[in-house]
Amino acid sequence: MVAAAGSPISPPPVLRVMGIETEYGIAALGQPVGDELHPMQLSNHVVKGYGWTTTAQPAGWDYETETPLRDIRGYEISRTAAHPDQLTDADLGMANVILTNGARLYVDHAHPEYSGPEVTNALDAVRYDKAGDAVMAIAADQASRTLGQSIRLYKNNTDGKGVSYGTHENYLLERSTPFDRVVTQFTGFLVSRQVITGAGRVGLGQASQRAGFQISQRADFFEAEVGLETTLNRPIINTRDEPHADASRHRRLHVITGDANLSEISTYLKVGTASWVLRAIENGTVPAGVRVDSPVGAMHSVSHDPSCRGLLTLTDGRRLTAMDLQEIYLEAARTCYDLVVENLAETARIEAKDVFTRWQETLDALRRDPGELADQLDWVAKLDLMESYRERDGLGWDSPKLALIDLQYCDVDPRRSLFAALVRKGRMRRLVTDEEIEQARSHPPTDTRAYFRGRVMDKFGPAVVAASWDSVIFDVPGRAALQRLPLLDPLKGTRAQVEAVIDRSADVGELFANLDQ
Amino acid sequence: MPESEQSRNRSRSAETEHAEELTPADSAHKAELDADVDSLLDEIDLVLESNAEEFVRSFVQKGGQ
Repeated sequence: MVAAAGSPISPPPVLRVMGIETEYGIAALGQPVGDELHPMQLSNHVVKGYGWTTTAQPAGWDYETETPLRDIRGYEISRTAAHPDQLTDADLGMANVILTNGARLYVDHAHPEYSGPEVTNALDAVRYDKAGDAVMAIAADQASRTLGQSIRLYKNNTDGKGVSYGTHENYLLERSTPFDRVVTQFTGFLVSRQVITGAGRVGLGQASQRAGFQISQRADFFEAEVGLETTLNRPIINTRDEPHADASRHRRLHVITGDANLSEISTYLKVGTASWVLRAIENGTVPAGVRVDSPVGAMHSVSHDPSCRGLLTLTDGRRLTAMDLQEIYLEAARTCYDLVVENLAETARIEAKDVFTRWQETLDALRRDPGELADQLDWVAKLDLMESYRERDGLGWDSPKLALIDLQYCDVDPRRSLFAALVRKGRMRRLVTDEEIEQARSHPPTDTRAYFRGRVMDKFGPAVVAASWDSVIFDVPGRAALQRLPLLDPLKGTRAQVEAVIDRSADVGELFANLDQ
Repeated sequence: MPESEQSRNRSRSAETEHAEELTPADSAHKAELDADVDSLLDEIDLVLESNAEEFVRSFVQKGGQ
């Protein structure tokens, strides 16, 4: 039905489907009204809290049973329809909401998680990542009211005491690319990109055993080169392979090394450079000899060197800075661009050139003086702020005040967020406006299946029984069986394909009648 | 890359020259920057959680991915 909406005549567009998911740190201040709640329950209140704020009929909400939720904005996924990996917390009746922007908001482990909708470009990735922060700010506010305690959410990746939680990127790859090539060639990129994508951290070692500042929140938590784990013995290359798409054509690369970024430019470069390096790997333009020796140790040493002067060793014996290694990947991406440019839409060409230009300028600035990027990159902005405090107040790196600044930089509430304070002072450059973020909070991207998912949640939410990344199940009046719409192709269900049919359908019965035609 | 190397060297030497010719206007600019940082820190002091040590100590998370 949806899949039949237009057969392609021209060659398929060279689009990279991708998305970002973030587990937020959570804390409750003050005395609880009743028993102290487990973080999982707190997270549940946060997710429910956002549901409450967006529902017209709160009485219809019931997370304790598996009754489908009759709400136009969100609903609880049913166990039978859920992908097995979505059942982690199902026994505990944890909240799970699909948003009208196509994202998923739920409880993962002991954290509220926002999994952004599928997008095809870096700027949309930024918009929907920032939309997630806005969602969490509203959700925390509501949960605070419900619980009578102040619920704080932090977009970071560690408590500084040995625990880490993730910000994962997902990139859809061609199945035909040998995975061992991805492992050997992408590892060096992930190790060296920290100088651009790091969010900055006070404390060295997983449990901050030593005082100091490092570039990345996550680096110290990586202990293996390749593997399936995400919570223990974390690998630089994660081999989890659930494409949520046609598995014969695609694999989903689950990148777990990234930091949670507040800076729009950090996120833009993180996603824009990674998607191009993956394309370069797919097209064979990364030189075969580019392999980092002892990548786990290298991951830590890059993060522990805010001067960015340290040298990495390649397996062929070459020694070079993180920036020089990044530049090899940049050159490979440029070569790849020349190979595929004919297949790129104009918008994709414009973004590619912008990514390459910013990437180059960032590397050049890091070589001169990382401090030049204090208005662009999270780790530099944070370090700059902390150095100002150190100078004014004579603080050592073991000062609790610096640890507090580290934490409060990423408070999702703009009234407390130090990142937001820097933005207000005009000290952080931006790529998107508040209005665009607000738009992205409730409206889906237009060029992936997230458009269909988000629009049907908005317009036919009460009829949606369940959904996953690659399907939506409806209860259609007059039809005995539930109607399952597969959305296996992430590039089907776009605005161009389904807007008209959704617009002219007054109810879900009409939607199906129109789709059947 | 030699080209970008050159331009890096050029901009570096340009900075050095600039640094050698500090004018009253530059000093005024530096004072302005310092005042700017002071006011930033003052503003942040107002929103920082009180009792940093206790606040940071109590921020303990359960494991995640």
